[in-house]
Amino acid sequence: MPMLTYALLLHAAPYSHQAALSALRFAETVVAGGHRLKTVFFYHDGVHNASALMSPPQDEVHLADGWKRLHEAHGAELLVCVAAGLRRGVLDTSEASRHGLAVHSVEPPFELTGVGQLVDAMLANDRLITFAP
Amino acid sequence: MTTFSDMETVSDVETVPQDLLIVLRHPPHGSQWLREGLDVALVAAAFGQRVGLLFQGDGVYALLKGQQAGALGQKGTHPQIAMLEMYDIDTLWASETALAERGLSADDLMLPVVPLNAEAVAECFALHPHALIF
Repeated sequence: MPMLTYALLLHAAPYSHQAALSALRFAETVVAGGHRLKTVFFYHDGVHNASALMSPPQDEVHLADGWKRLHEAHGAELLVCVAAGLRRGVLDTSEASRHGLAVHSVEPPFELTGVGQLVDAMLANDRLITFAP
Repeated sequence: MTTFSDMETVSDVETVPQDLLIVLRHPPHGSQWLREGLDVALVAAAFGQRVGLLFQGDGVYALLKGQQAGALGQKGTHPQIAMLEMYDIDTLWASETALAERGLSADDLMLPVVPLNAEAVAECFALHPHALIF
């Protein structure tokens, strides 16, 4: 089977819906199968997967760390919709200062970006797979 | 190539497949699904993609005339619907069943849609290389 490039679109909040864990498991399987995971786009309630404040019990999968590992080991870009994130309190240091907030909840390698990047990811990859609750 | 020629159409809206199909299945209030789906449609159109919208289930309420903001403390999505034309999004399909189940006819809607039966909905999905479901 030829190598394919993948983008994932995640709409589900972490731990609330199976889709959030399924997306991570699918992503790990993509790279294990020799394919390329180029982009993960966090949208709708999926933006919460990018929270640096996520602190699940130690005997549970740490979803944000899972995505970070995929970035570090395989270069997957982790894109968070800025509009969806701002509404939900998911924002990085520059958005926090722009909005006069003393705290932020997104750290690299997660990046805040626009929906245009989702359109790009859809056009640039062989597959775009959506995970929704 | 399908023209949905066996369908009763309520307008002359083009029925050829677009670059991107956005499927809207949620009503205007109560969640962010419709707003965030329409946002993708508008941005994709601004990026030069030809976008078709398919309204299914409660998503058909997105098109209802006479919507107002405020009832639930939400600003509503009708302003986004009103902007579709400005973004050259004029390919609007709606599930015939969803419209009928909710007692809606063309006169109840803000914009003309092409009603699709179940078979045509399936075909609509099959004809589009990219579909995003909200």
